[in-house]
Amino acid sequence: MFEVDLLIVGAGPAGLCAALEAGQQGLTVLLVDENAKPGGQLFKQIHKFFGSEMHKAGTRGFRIGEDLVREIAACPNITLWLDSVVFSAIDQNHFEVVHNCSVQVIKTKKVIVATGAIEKGLVFPGWTLPGVMGAGALQTMINVNRVRPGNKLLMVGSGNVGLIVSYQFLQAGGESVILVEAANRIGGYGVHASKIRRYGTNIITGCSVESVSGNGKVESAILAKVDDKFQTIKGTQWEEKVDIVAIAVGLYPLMELLRQLGCKFTMCPALGGWVPVHDERMETSINGIFIAGDVSGAEEASTAMEEGRLAAWSATYDLAKCTKNKYESVRIDITKRLEALRSGPYGIARKNAKDSIYAIAKKF
Amino acid sequence: MEENLKTCGVISPEEFINCKGWPSDERFLKGPVAILECIEEIPCNPCECSCPKGAIYVGHPITNLPTLDESKCIGCKSCIASCPGLAIFVEDHTFSDKEALVSFPFEFIPFPKKGEKVSAVNRKSEVVCTAVVHDIYCAKSNDSTMIVTLRIDKQYVHQVRSCKMLEA
Amino acid sequence: MRVIAHPILGNISQENEVTVYVDGKEMRGIEGEPIAAMLAANRIYTHRFTKKRHEPRGIFCAIGRCTDCVMIVDGIPNVRTCVTPLKEGMVIETQHGVGHWGGEKSV
Repeated sequence: MFEVDLLIVGAGPAGLCAALEAGQQGLTVLLVDENAKPGGQLFKQIHKFFGSEMHKAGTRGFRIGEDLVREIAACPNITLWLDSVVFSAIDQNHFEVVHNCSVQVIKTKKVIVATGAIEKGLVFPGWTLPGVMGAGALQTMINVNRVRPGNKLLMVGSGNVGLIVSYQFLQAGGESVILVEAANRIGGYGVHASKIRRYGTNIITGCSVESVSGNGKVESAILAKVDDKFQTIKGTQWEEKVDIVAIAVGLYPLMELLRQLGCKFTMCPALGGWVPVHDERMETSINGIFIAGDVSGAEEASTAMEEGRLAAWSATYDLAKCTKNKYESVRIDITKRLEALRSGPYGIARKNAKDSIYAIAKKF
Repeated sequence: MEENLKTCGVISPEEFINCKGWPSDERFLKGPVAILECIEEIPCNPCECSCPKGAIYVGHPITNLPTLDESKCIGCKSCIASCPGLAIFVEDHTFSDKEALVSFPFEFIPFPKKGEKVSAVNRKSEVVCTAVVHDIYCAKSNDSTMIVTLRIDKQYVHQVRSCKMLEA
Repeated sequence: MRVIAHPILGNISQENEVTVYVDGKEMRGIEGEPIAAMLAANRIYTHRFTKKRHEPRGIFCAIGRCTDCVMIVDGIPNVRTCVTPLKEGMVIETQHGVGHWGGEKSV
């Protein structure tokens, strides 16, 4: 049996930051990730992050990832298991992991689940054709795997993911992008939209994809104008020759382990769908089980990192490895940084959603 | 449908009225100056930290729109690469009687070369005029954001915001 | 198509090329890259056919979560090609339905 103070499931931005904070406070940490490399989705973020200096604004996402991985390697309290899957929660202190081709049982005092989120699909005739993929999937292919699976992109969805991946597709040598958005306004930041408009991308609002066809691979798409209820307006269809269709319609938390544990959930559309109930300390409805990052609600890498730090400090305090004053001081600082990231017209929906989840948590 | 930043990704003339990063006509006549085309309240302030002359103010909360102090701005272009939204430009109306310089961030390969003739485009990627690449600047601190400066006919200076991507 | 040069990420090294077999055909890829990347670089986008309607499927999530990209690799079916690294001599087969242990040829 492998015994630690803190088990962290998932080595993306939230898990990495959590491990560092906890490790630096003297906790023994086991950080587990099912992938061959740590970093989660951080290494495909080749654009510069927003925020303030504290949030490492102006730094490209993958460089933040490189720094974090280096710091983890230098911390002796942190054990990193890659290619390892935490597949079973026996109870809140015992977990089973497939590691090095055998099952290991982990005994832990506290847990942070930072398993991230997965892209939503959009169902339309032809959506299963090779060449139709998540926008994040396209981003992984071009930025991490360095392969571009086509030249003419149809991007469905104008949130930040759709806008950013469209730009990065052009950077990876893509020929053209058509971006459609069913609502009558672009969902993501205006500056991201402006960037791609400068390079010939056509952004069409009030429009969606009706169907996609091709012989074994995407060859063309039928687009149509939609009304304010997202219903097709008859007679407005037209065909575009495209060879990739990327779906950017949001993400939802990956919560299987939390289901096994019996955590409570709440439906929260602003954060992706079913979200584990958690309080401002990042603790779920089960004592000692914390969450951080997109699993606590789909947001962004910057909030994931702050939540990871917060969850780690909460676990550290609960294990009496820091004073109350120290914990409160750090908690207030991180909370201020999270509030800054959730401010303004783009953040308010997420802030309100988080506040309502915290309110629900008070009942448990 | 109304064409503005949120409907088509291009700032409309009406939206520019609220922009606090646009210098006065008098300031343009004095030399190179920055233009901050940032009109949305996004929590973000690397531009403020990047200016060696303290000419950009965001303050708190960091969702404030950046304000340009045109008297302090020397048009040094340090801010261009700092903006994650690639929304900062520098114009120099004093280059000559007929020509102006426009500087912008560029993140595509092949990179333009000094002296090369390129197609200058506006915010909608429409070719406005041909231009000569006056200067290119790559600094390690800019982390792969190249600053390209084009020499163009002065009448187009407020329109040109990039050049067409070059053939490989 | 391989993104060999990139304005932000720099150039990739194509030094460690390996030879693998896709449905019996020899193909080249870079050691350690996901099988799915090698296939896409060689313009192969169909990884399998569904059991009932024999419809083609390929990459969807590219991060090992959706299993749309699975193929038979070295005789083992349902291998997630988007997260499995390429090795010299690998035998990769288009999977039909749930696949067969030992590969399609073993059926």
